[in-house]
Amino acid sequence: MTVLAVPWVTIVWNDPVNLMSYVTYVFQKYFGYDKKKAEKLMLEVHEDGRSVVSSGSREEMERDVQAMHEYGLWATLDKQQ
Amino acid sequence: MSGFARHRRSKHLIATFTGLEADLLRSLAAQLVELLRNEAAVPRDDVDPLEAMMDFSGPTTEPDDPVLARLFPTAYQHDEEAAAEFRRFTEGGLRDGKANAAITIIDGLEEAGLPPELTEDGLMIDVELDEPTAETWMRSLTDLRLALATRLEVEEGDEDYWHSLPDDDPRAQAHDIYEWVGYLQETLVRALSSR
Repeated sequence: MTVLAVPWVTIVWNDPVNLMSYVTYVFQKYFGYDKKKAEKLMLEVHEDGRSVVSSGSREEMERDVQAMHEYGLWATLDKQQ
Repeated sequence: MSGFARHRRSKHLIATFTGLEADLLRSLAAQLVELLRNEAAVPRDDVDPLEAMMDFSGPTTEPDDPVLARLFPTAYQHDEEAAAEFRRFTEGGLRDGKANAAITIIDGLEEAGLPPELTEDGLMIDVELDEPTAETWMRSLTDLRLALATRLEVEEGDEDYWHSLPDDDPRAQAHDIYEWVGYLQETLVRALSSR
């Protein structure tokens, strides 16, 4: 029997400071996303106020959130809805 | 100043600052280092002093200073205990990383010829950064902008308000500096994105 772990997500929130170009750059650099995907996520953050930028185990999401904080992005983690 | 560009042959990131600009950037970076190191990472006066001294773990509550609270946001919004644990394990390292990044800017400017005390008129500072160092600058420019914006209480779409302030208003002057650091960062991100 397999117990599936509840997936977790990393959420990046909009702030009035970070540049659109910078946020796109960080998503490409850190997550390895192509420019198109990075820009789509950046626009979600900008227009919807938040975007789910990665998902995985809780430990992986803690690493991602920590990395986002290193880059100065406002990020949190949560259980997938 | 014309911001950052990528050197065609060496691929390094280059920028020329006036002495005043370089001195200003150094002063902002130095203030950030001081802030990161000053407010005790473990503000706990409720515990026994000996116990406090023997406690080498990290902080568990959000920093009091709004700039620090923005630089080290709460990672779990709906779980206070998990948020405290996350902070305990990450905030110390993040603080050191951000302080070291700001010191990289200070060192870069001084190695490029910025004297400890700026006295000379007409001094120009040519900065040349390899890619990893340029990325460190880029991250630290973010921290500087977050710090300035938090102090100024910058909000989304408030440009008209800032531009309506009289030129001699100190807040308008601080906002000009914030915009300048933003311009610097924008050119650096663009230069890093180009090959």
